[in-house]
Amino acid sequence: MTPISRGFRGRSRPDAPADRVPPGQYVTDDFPVLSAGPTPHTPIDQWTFTIDGEIDEPRSWTWDEFRALPSEQITKDIHCVTKWSKLDTDWEGVSVDTLLDGVNTEAEYVLAFSDGGYTTNLPLEDVTGGKAWVAFGYGGEPLDPEHGGPARLLVPHLYFWKSAKWVRGLTLRNEDAPGFWEQYGYHNYGDPWREQRYWGD
Amino acid sequence: MAGAAVLGRLAPLKWRVASLAELVDETPHARTLVLDVEGWEGHRAGQHVDVRLTAEDGYQAERSYSIASGPDDGKLELTVELIEDGEVSPYLVDELHHGDTFELRGPIGGWFAWDPAEGGPLLLVGGGSGVVPLRSMLRARPADVPARLIYSARTLEDVIYRDELEALGDDVVLTLTREQRDGIRSGRVDADLLREAGFAPAQEPRIFVCGPTPFVEAVASELVELGHPPERVKTERFGPTGR
Amino acid sequence: MEELDGNGAAGRLREVFALELTTARGQCTHCGNVGALGEARVFMDAPGLVVRCRSCESVLLVLVRGDDRYWLGAQGMTWLELR
Repeated sequence: MTPISRGFRGRSRPDAPADRVPPGQYVTDDFPVLSAGPTPHTPIDQWTFTIDGEIDEPRSWTWDEFRALPSEQITKDIHCVTKWSKLDTDWEGVSVDTLLDGVNTEAEYVLAFSDGGYTTNLPLEDVTGGKAWVAFGYGGEPLDPEHGGPARLLVPHLYFWKSAKWVRGLTLRNEDAPGFWEQYGYHNYGDPWREQRYWGD
Repeated sequence: MAGAAVLGRLAPLKWRVASLAELVDETPHARTLVLDVEGWEGHRAGQHVDVRLTAEDGYQAERSYSIASGPDDGKLELTVELIEDGEVSPYLVDELHHGDTFELRGPIGGWFAWDPAEGGPLLLVGGGSGVVPLRSMLRARPADVPARLIYSARTLEDVIYRDELEALGDDVVLTLTREQRDGIRSGRVDADLLREAGFAPAQEPRIFVCGPTPFVEAVASELVELGHPPERVKTERFGPTGR
Repeated sequence: MEELDGNGAAGRLREVFALELTTARGQCTHCGNVGALGEARVFMDAPGLVVRCRSCESVLLVLVRGDDRYWLGAQGMTWLELR
């Protein structure tokens, strides 16, 4: 039985309706910065976003081309596997549906890849149909490098390690292959509502 | 018998219950916690402990703190600096009452530790709360081991262990980075200060540098540029939130 | 984001290793640099502990703690010498 430290509360954890908080999570007002490596700093004139792999012709956008695409404001709850959840976060980004518009592919999986070598894998259907964005804005401001700026993947219905920071593209794949954390014990799919944190959950 | 040197196998680290015996104010922003810890077996100068707090709803937070007391002091002390919007330090510095308990494990760390048997001279360079493990080393030091402490603090008010360090006279060089005070040097720890106040490479000092990450990196690379072999410069980086 | 060195990881590493890791020397598979893990770049505020080569930033070691098991990835080190 772990001893309780009298009077310790940690940071304030606002009450939230149970149907907004997945099992095992604590709600926070902060936006913790978690990272597996140093913050990359790719100059914006060298930044590109690429879709390659199982696609007739890979497609790529420069930053200016990417920012010229239609974008939207999204408000979502986000859930980190380290147990914090943040409700009603405001983002601005380009829907992955827009990026995949007109793409013919038999691929069922994507591997998102980022500056610094980070990868994460997802089923294609989990980044399409209005479920995912490449986000460049947070809280009405350009996305901070600490939080993945200039752009990160945003897939709020899965644990937030799937929302790859510093994303540079998606590789369409016929077969699934684990990304960085998925190789090291984290669940291949990562549904917070089924508490799929680790292999076998 | 083939060389069967005994490897330094470590006992598994278990979480122990620590209770607060005494509180000592060091500065307006730092306090030393004197602790009773069940089963505590002692430590080497420079080592740290992990502290774990559990709230009533099960929420847990863990932090690491360098051990401030010397190995022969007979008690375990941690010096905690209050971090403005921190999660754990406000609790430890402002909320903890005598007899309150939390979990602690240690001692931890083999790299950033010094035993008197290793000898000196000892060159210790600390930034802010980086002075904490260095003070443990000073307390462990026998009289015949020369030592110098170069300590960078923001203001005079932020200097921890001021009386104890003043008693060491010229062995301690203090510099203030955000304040000018008569009789005390100001400015960062730079190559000039290290050359002037530290031991020369020819004296083969054992060097320990501790503090915020950017401080440690700047000082360590200056020391190497001054000619100290990198393997004699041991570093411990505290994150931006300090420890 | 907190970037620390191997000392910050020492407690977590002792949960799985019986020998001291911060004094252990290892060779980076990517750049060949040899150093003590105490000096490596450590990222702890992550879903797991990530230890990177101070010389080239490559991942040396990853340690994830689950509820009832650990995962260790160490392919970033060609060898590791522990005492």
